[in-house]
Amino acid sequence: SSGRCWYHRARGWRMAGAVPFVFLHAEMVAELGARDTDTDPGPGGQKRSLEGTGFRVGQALGEREELDALKFLCKDLWVAVFQKQVDGLCTNHQGTYVLQDNSFPLLIPMALGLQYLEEAPKFLAFTFGLLRGALRTLGFESLVTSSVATLPACKFQVVIRKS
Amino acid sequence: MSRPAHRRPEYHKINKDLFVLTYGALVAQLCKDYEKDEDVNKYLDKMGYGIGTRLVEDFLARSCVGRCHSYSEITDIIAQVAFKMYLGITPSVTCNNSSRNAFSLILDKNPLVEFVEELPAGRSSLCYCNLLCGIIRGALEMVHLAADVTFLQDRLKGDSVTEIGITFLKKLDEKKYRRKK
Repeated sequence: SSGRCWYHRARGWRMAGAVPFVFLHAEMVAELGARDTDTDPGPGGQKRSLEGTGFRVGQALGEREELDALKFLCKDLWVAVFQKQVDGLCTNHQGTYVLQDNSFPLLIPMALGLQYLEEAPKFLAFTFGLLRGALRTLGFESLVTSSVATLPACKFQVVIRKS
Repeated sequence: MSRPAHRRPEYHKINKDLFVLTYGALVAQLCKDYEKDEDVNKYLDKMGYGIGTRLVEDFLARSCVGRCHSYSEITDIIAQVAFKMYLGITPSVTCNNSSRNAFSLILDKNPLVEFVEELPAGRSSLCYCNLLCGIIRGALEMVHLAADVTFLQDRLKGDSVTEIGITFLKKLDEKKYRRKK
């Protein structure tokens, strides 16, 4: 036989990525279900455990959507409006995100003197609205605050509100 | 400004995340149920075995792999076809002995641990991805190849790479393998 060409990409390669979950799910139904009935003889026991696992996975998938929205803000929105990306993004994985901009363009004209630090909130208000509006369109209600330690660096704190 | 790309559901990514997150939830559940790491590892291997015995049929149907003539070819197929098809990664293969029946799969990327930064506290002997060993073992057994499959190195345990060792246990019986399944 021809040596190297012992396989070819048949049409079966498409959607093969969906297979692992289907097989894992079937095995979980068989195994976890069997074990659950030992400890919890009630009829709902097996289904409750599997449902609990599904719930946790659903929550995590939902969080990925939220994180994607925040990444859109930090990259696409920031570049479109400020010609740069946010410098850092942190999260506590519970709906609070902090966007760090080391050189926020709307604060740069003010950065000449520290006495303007208390004026900073006026220069950030529009951007608060920008973030909240963008998130609203993406399907998320949010609360935005900020902290400015050293001009022109600032942090925007975004808290996604669970409906 | 056009609609951001992520508003269109990325089904492929969601599906891959679904498997990885479900696997993580399974491991978490097993860690609750079993105190000893060895028991969790054994259970993951057992579940993987069950999956592997059924997955091999799906694999053969999708991949149109032909007849293999050596353990080396079989290991290459596992790495370059099966892993690529189901997990989107291609581990590299090394041969570990001169009798050419012991091989290693070196996983440079491992999607199963995408959301795992480190092993849970008190779980230093947990083979987080042990399901994979069971799957390979079960699949091979369904094509009449007995093999030991274990993790030789694990990045989650502090090793520099993640390495799965496959040791084929019997001499490849060519006559037997030619027989139709």
